[in-house]
Amino acid sequence: MDKKCDKKLGVFVCWCGSNIAGSVDVDKAVEEAGKLDGVVHAENYMYMCSDPGQQKVKDTIVEKGLDGVVVACCSPRMHENTFRKAAGSVGLNSYLLEIANIREHCSWVHQNNKPVATAKAVNIIKATLDKVKENLPLETLTIELTKRVCVVGGGIAGIMSALDLADAGYEVVIVEKEPVIGGHTAQVSSSFPYFQNISKLLGEKVKAVLEHPNIKVYVNSEVEVLDGYVGNFNVTIKTRPAFVDSAKCTSCGECLAACPVSLPDEFNRGLSRRGAIFIYNASAEARIPVLRQEDCRHFADFEQSQEEKCRACVQSCSENAIDLGALPGRSEEFVGAIVMATGYDLYSPANLPEYGGGTIPDVVDALAFERMLDPNGPTGGKVLCHSDGRIPKSVMFIQCAGSRDPERHKAYCSRACCMYTAKQARLYKRQVEDGTAFISYMDIRSDSRDFEEFVQVGMEQENLVYIRGRVAKVFEENGRLKVFTADTLTGRQITMDADLVVLAMAMEPKAGVRELAKKMNVTIDGDAFLSETHIKLYPVESSTKGVYLAGCGQAPKDITDTVSQALATAGKIQTMFSNETLIADPLIAEVKDDVCSGCGVCIEICPYGARVMNDFVRISEVNQAVCQGCGACIAACPNKACELINSTSRQFLRVIGDFTSKVKAVV
Amino acid sequence: MSENTQENSGFEPRIVGFLCHWCTYTGADLAGTTRQQYPAGIRIIHLMCSGAIDVVYVLKALLDGADGVLIGGCHPGDCHYQTGNLKARRRIALLRKVLQTLGLDQDRVWLRWISASEGRLFAETIREYDADLREQGENPLAAEWDL
Ligand SMILES: Cc1cc2nc3c(=O)[nH]c(=O)nc-3n(C[C@H](O)[C@H](O)[C@H](O)COP(=O)(O)OP(=O)(O)OC[C@H]3O[C@@H](n4cnc5c(N)ncnc54)[C@H](O)[C@@H]3O)c2cc1C
Ligand code: SF4
Ligand code: SF4
Ligand code: FES
Repeated sequence: MDKKCDKKLGVFVCWCGSNIAGSVDVDKAVEEAGKLDGVVHAENYMYMCSDPGQQKVKDTIVEKGLDGVVVACCSPRMHENTFRKAAGSVGLNSYLLEIANIREHCSWVHQNNKPVATAKAVNIIKATLDKVKENLPLETLTIELTKRVCVVGGGIAGIMSALDLADAGYEVVIVEKEPVIGGHTAQVSSSFPYFQNISKLLGEKVKAVLEHPNIKVYVNSEVEVLDGYVGNFNVTIKTRPAFVDSAKCTSCGECLAACPVSLPDEFNRGLSRRGAIFIYNASAEARIPVLRQEDCRHFADFEQSQEEKCRACVQSCSENAIDLGALPGRSEEFVGAIVMATGYDLYSPANLPEYGGGTIPDVVDALAFERMLDPNGPTGGKVLCHSDGRIPKSVMFIQCAGSRDPERHKAYCSRACCMYTAKQARLYKRQVEDGTAFISYMDIRSDSRDFEEFVQVGMEQENLVYIRGRVAKVFEENGRLKVFTADTLTGRQITMDADLVVLAMAMEPKAGVRELAKKMNVTIDGDAFLSETHIKLYPVESSTKGVYLAGCGQAPKDITDTVSQALATAGKIQTMFSNETLIADPLIAEVKDDVCSGCGVCIEICPYGARVMNDFVRISEVNQAVCQGCGACIAACPNKACELINSTSRQFLRVIGDFTSKVKAVV
Repeated sequence: MSENTQENSGFEPRIVGFLCHWCTYTGADLAGTTRQQYPAGIRIIHLMCSGAIDVVYVLKALLDGADGVLIGGCHPGDCHYQTGNLKARRRIALLRKVLQTLGLDQDRVWLRWISASEGRLFAETIREYDADLREQGENPLAAEWDL
């Protein structure tokens, strides 16, 4: 027999009108509960959660000096908070009150057998009392909060989020991999559904960021290490060497001509070529050349002596602005929240050899087509065949290239392609009036304001030729490009000529995001898109507290949706920053120092990285701000060295004992 | 009056259910809200996640004479703590093997994915488990050990 309980416990059984009292004999339950070890008070009442009901609980706590309470009523998901608050208001630590769920788990599901339901209710009350006996009084935890934000990725998502936060008065650092901010939006010519001049709009926002006193931008930079937790992140940022000194450079362009290297220009999607030293985006205001170490001959030849190494750019620069000995930089930023706005890449056309992707020069991806439409772009805004510079009289746009193809490519829909293809085809028709734009599609997804109208105008007034079906093959025959497809509406097979083929390639997460997600402890889905905590209710929260998601890194979307999401993250973070400190639930893991063997199993298993090894004493510790109290480490610890506070194994074993004692549970 | 003997002196299976807060526990709540009826032999213990299930708890329940132990978690991919349910699955698969080698019936331990919206499935599961245990008969352990 257990030793007698020295606590004074109270039991309050609710009738919930007839919801409980209809199938549980509440008088009998009180009578039986009153006999249980430690119980000094037991009563029932019609509605415990009502004001008079709560008052009864409060008064009794004071009068009888209770140090533990069980309210037997509805699910703890309904009124645990109500009663804990009531108890707290009269000085009983709220963690010393527990709910016995005798409505959802008993009276409502056993409506036809009052004696059985009553016995079960008493059994549940007894088990709950046994838990309460060992509960500890607890206080909520306080966590420091640094009101600064780090935005990873300077696309339109990162920019809009940063501006909002900075305008609200918070300091923001943007970490951008490329030499300039803007992301893919900078490559887009104009936007559906109104042909807005997107580069002008973007330019204004980029300027606002660069001039904002609260924003610091790290370009050519990536997050190297992330330490810490919500409210207290420590971000180590690695910046590539600045070989060109922006203070000395006059943007004369001599070095660009001097460089012997010639490579396809990524920003222009291979439509132009660049050296190892180049201007990243010729339309951007920042016209300081960047030198890419991995492409540069000076760094490639380890055999050569210093004198033999290429220094063509250095020699060409009259301002002495180029220093090939520049070193990478490392900075640390302390922030309370992080926005992951890493965006997308296009799935490479080389994955579609049946369409000539990567081999036929006049098969280009949709971003290359955007670059042709840009007046400051490589073709001066003209749509041209990449092979010979002639004006294409027929263009075949292929939608869903690599999307919606679960067997071979991406199962998902890339969401922006239906609309930008309509936009591109319409812009092409404006330029080449006697040309024909064919669009191969599976369905048209035009599900936002004025989108459907935008497509309809293209179809009905501008004679875009939509062909429903999937293109089987694009090939060259006698120097001509041929497209082999089927029209599934008429059931005909079609072989047609085209001068230019544009592939609306699937969007995929930016390369390197897997490693980054791992550093940030953020979950990704099977396609490596960053996962939100809940698709409906927590759409911008990642699996790590304090890390938020915006833009195409979370899923493909257009600029409108990207910006909405970016502003949502800014709002969420401002909500968090409206407090001086953060509070956390104390129902988390703890370690018994004398039992822990330092095996580290818990560190591996914790999904949040909340367990850390104290290497000095070889004992595992719990980071209280990070632990979510899931209990995984407790079950995994081979030494039974961890416990969940107020759900200890002792408590579990007692409750199991109560629940299995068939004979002893006589009522 | 003993709840298990009051109707007939026959065998009334006792099940101990360890249910995840985010799914099956809430699913069991919903079974109540929608007035599903199921056998009263189940006792519910709340876990934050099925991944917190310790095999010791299962063994303790079986040794104490529970006829069945049910672990209820979120569907794969839905675990609130990412992969707790998969950890539970691995652990329970192992436990079932151990039970088997000890000559115990592994079917006395059930692991089920039941979401917060599957109140009906919860009730069905209990009915099914109850019927299954009636067929399996009483857990011999308690009697053997005379606990
Ligand atoms: C051909 C084409 C045409 C389009 N036309 C339109 C249109 O007309 N209208 C419209 O609304 N939408 C259009 N879109 C969609 C639009 O491009 C996207 O919605 C938008 O660019 C998404 O912005 P983002 O900031 O999420 O991502 P991105 O633009 O991809 O920006 C992400 C940024 O993060 C940086 N980054 C990535 N990883 C890291 C890292 N690890 N560390 C640091 N920095 C990192 C990148 O360098 C980049 O600057 C089009 C898309 C395509 C493919
Ligand atoms: S698993 Fe247990 S024994 Fe091993 S380090 Fe963690 S707490 Fe210590
Ligand atoms: S209870 Fe869960 S979140 Fe907390 S330390 Fe253990 S495994 Fe990590
Ligand atoms: S939260 Fe339900 S199984 Fe992990």
